[in-house]
Amino acid sequence: MALSEAQSVGADPERPERSGVELSGAEIVIQALADEGVEFVFGYPGGAVLHIYDALFRQESVKHILVRHEQGASHAADGYARATGKCGVCLVTSGPGATNAVTGIATAYMDSIPMVILTGQVPTPVIGSDAFQEVDTVGITRPCVKHNFLVKDVRDLAVTIRKAFYIAMSGRPGPVVVDIPKDVTDPNIKIPYDYPRDVKMRSYNPVLKGHPGQIRKAVDLILQAKRPVFYTGGGVVLGEASAQLTDFVRTTGFPVTSTLMGLGAYPMTDPQFIGMLGMHGTYEANMAMHETDVLIAIGARFDDRVTGKIEHFCPHAKIIHVDVDPSSISKNVKVHVPIVGQVANVLADMLKLYRELAPRSDEQPVAAWWTKIAEWRGVDCLQYDRNSAAIKPQFAVETLYKVTDGDLYLTSDVGQHQMFAAQFYPFDKPRRWINSGGLGTMGFGLPAAMGVQLAFPDAQVACISGEASILMCIQELATCLQYGLPVKVILLNNGYMGMVRQWQEFFYESRYSNSYVDALPDFVKLAESFGHVGMRVDRPADLEAAMTEAFAMKNRLVFMDVIVDPTENVYPMIAAGKGHHEMHLAPSLSDRELA
Amino acid sequence: MRHIIAVLLENEAGALSRVAGLFSARGYNIESLTVAPTDDPTLSRMTLVTTGNDDVVEQIKKQLNKLIDTVKLLDLSEGPHIEREMMMIKVRAERQDREELKRLTEIFRAKIIDVTDTSYVIELTGASKKLDAFIGAVPEGLIVEVVRSGPTGISRGDKGLTI
Ligand SMILES: Cc1cc2nc3c(=O)[nH]c(=O)nc-3n(C[C@H](O)[C@H](O)[C@H](O)COP(=O)(O)OP(=O)(O)OC[C@H]3O[C@@H](n4cnc5c(N)ncnc54)[C@H](O)[C@@H]3O)c2cc1C
Ligand SMILES: Cc1ncc(C[n+]2csc(CCOP(=O)(O)OP(=O)(O)O)c2C)c(N)n1
Ligand SMILES: [Mg+2]
Repeated sequence: MALSEAQSVGADPERPERSGVELSGAEIVIQALADEGVEFVFGYPGGAVLHIYDALFRQESVKHILVRHEQGASHAADGYARATGKCGVCLVTSGPGATNAVTGIATAYMDSIPMVILTGQVPTPVIGSDAFQEVDTVGITRPCVKHNFLVKDVRDLAVTIRKAFYIAMSGRPGPVVVDIPKDVTDPNIKIPYDYPRDVKMRSYNPVLKGHPGQIRKAVDLILQAKRPVFYTGGGVVLGEASAQLTDFVRTTGFPVTSTLMGLGAYPMTDPQFIGMLGMHGTYEANMAMHETDVLIAIGARFDDRVTGKIEHFCPHAKIIHVDVDPSSISKNVKVHVPIVGQVANVLADMLKLYRELAPRSDEQPVAAWWTKIAEWRGVDCLQYDRNSAAIKPQFAVETLYKVTDGDLYLTSDVGQHQMFAAQFYPFDKPRRWINSGGLGTMGFGLPAAMGVQLAFPDAQVACISGEASILMCIQELATCLQYGLPVKVILLNNGYMGMVRQWQEFFYESRYSNSYVDALPDFVKLAESFGHVGMRVDRPADLEAAMTEAFAMKNRLVFMDVIVDPTENVYPMIAAGKGHHEMHLAPSLSDRELA
Repeated sequence: MRHIIAVLLENEAGALSRVAGLFSARGYNIESLTVAPTDDPTLSRMTLVTTGNDDVVEQIKKQLNKLIDTVKLLDLSEGPHIEREMMMIKVRAERQDREELKRLTEIFRAKIIDVTDTSYVIELTGASKKLDAFIGAVPEGLIVEVVRSGPTGISRGDKGLTI
């Protein structure tokens, strides 16, 4: 299939109205997806969804992408959602189809990604009888969805699907499961179709605007700040508030740091950006957190990988926290000025008030603070050995940046390679860095990249991975071939579960229990056997040319097996239970007097 | 501290298990939970009793509010309120114990609602502490079975938890 075909499928607001037409449950499912403007459904068939698959076959507005494992379907829908801001959709069968999708659902849940997952269920009369391929999907998924539904009557189908999309996309986004028993999709039972345009739920009304009194308090604090820091997170990306954030940060002249999930919402190449914070954050970002007097947290959830030991977290700061989910506020860290609302609205309101109240002056208001930050920056905490004979993973990411000109959608698996990518690939736009932060799901990268490439067929899309992670969803290489998805897989092959090995080196006296990845396949041949291009590089001098060649193959998936230094560690590192000021620095730095 | 929280929920299948699941998944204490439909059959009212420090209880309320099925929530312990629990207690009632138990029933304004030659079932409504006291007052060895509803509550004054 050509990519241009995929592109032409999609939402058509001028589509003829189909309300009033008699449709079966299966047809309603598909028509509802079309009415939602869904371009792609990632799925895998099975008994309980066969009626729906038959309805899919007889239409053209919704395109089905056949994955090779339901985990792949949920990650691909997730990747699509993260890259586009639209809702990802998957369709899987009952029982094993649903359970296979759970890892992807939980992944989306932890990172607040909007998805609708349609699961087949056994027919209503046999629910509860341990029927063939029956599992309690609503029960299994309950703790890892924003909400879920079991539809027992075909007349509830359209409105339930509308609600599912509304819930998934509004407020704090998240995955919603709609479990559909087979009899509800019976092709012989037809009812008039009516897709509700609007949905009102008395029990669900997400907050949009921030409280003006709280915004006033926040701006007053900001105006008095001597050592302020913006701490921004995934909420800025999810809330499409990158422009508002950038405006506000530039207007104040304050430093800004971001969580792993917020990278790119503020341009990372901008001098006001002081790097990622947290466990593997930069020295300057973490030291700034430790010394700050006013912390402005925007769409971030004070995760333990960010705060380190709570008792040591921002010991001198008054904290402002903007979040759409009240339960994110003061959950882990008590804050002084909570503001519940959509980031984009709140930031715009804050900026307006700030402009009114800020004294006019050409002086940089926090010049002394910047001097301090410059000293911390001078430590050069991300330095690594550039003369190494082996390829350093950091060098591989820097080369990737150079070769792609910073214009890339990069998905990641989980491990050291993920951290190196976050540290060494400066994203200047949101939705470009796509990774599993909250659940940390190995196997996420490749299927997520498929979703991204389908959404943006002409864009450069790469998946950075490790030799352990990639094997967890390697079957999706077949999906990539079927749909002609020219993803570039950049495998940082260190022969170890590097992140696990690093912890064992630091905390278990180098007892490398089961972290050596033995019996690896020949990745070049493996890629070739799936019909793709395989490449292996093991010398630093060859890397740039090889990557350039790979990215020049616009229509091919290229799998680059990059053999990297097996002993490299990710620095800085804050060990669990330590504070921001207690970072482990790279060995080349650890004997230095630090600012 | 002990909190008694009233929640109006959509009367949907699964709403109760969402609440129960929330408490177990997040490791919150739950002492009791009662639920029944209200005068509006589309709504259920739940009363739950939980303990925790202020921060924990604040999170519990936020998490309950976050459930899509939750329509409204009120922490009754934050204001004047009335709390009632119902108990049915089956006791061995023979010879002189019959009189003793009858007297106890009167003192506590309870009711004997089932009588056999050898047993009573006594019904008692009141604050949970009163039920505890009644159980404590029944002479050793006479209790056969105790069933308690768990507390429910309502705020004092003219305002109601309605939609
Ligand atoms: C190996 C590994 C290492 C890691 N190391 C680090 C590290 O060093 N540093 C780091 O930062 N992370 C790290 N993480 C990721 C970490 O686990 C968390 O996923 C991450 O810190 C959470 O980011 P966040 O706070 O931006 O929250 P997100 O999970 O992105 O949550 C977004 C927040 O914004 C809110 N929100 C959503 N939409 C809106 C809106 N429209 N308006 C307002 N608010 C909104 C949500 O309610 C939520 O509170 C690591 C993960 C792995 C797997
Ligand atoms: C599904 C899953 N299982 C286990 C883990 C724990 N884990 C985190 S990183 C990691 C090792 C990853 O190794 P690799 O993919 O080679 O990446 P590297 O760290 O070497 O770059 C493991 C096992 C996880 N995050 N996800
Ligand atoms: Mg590895």
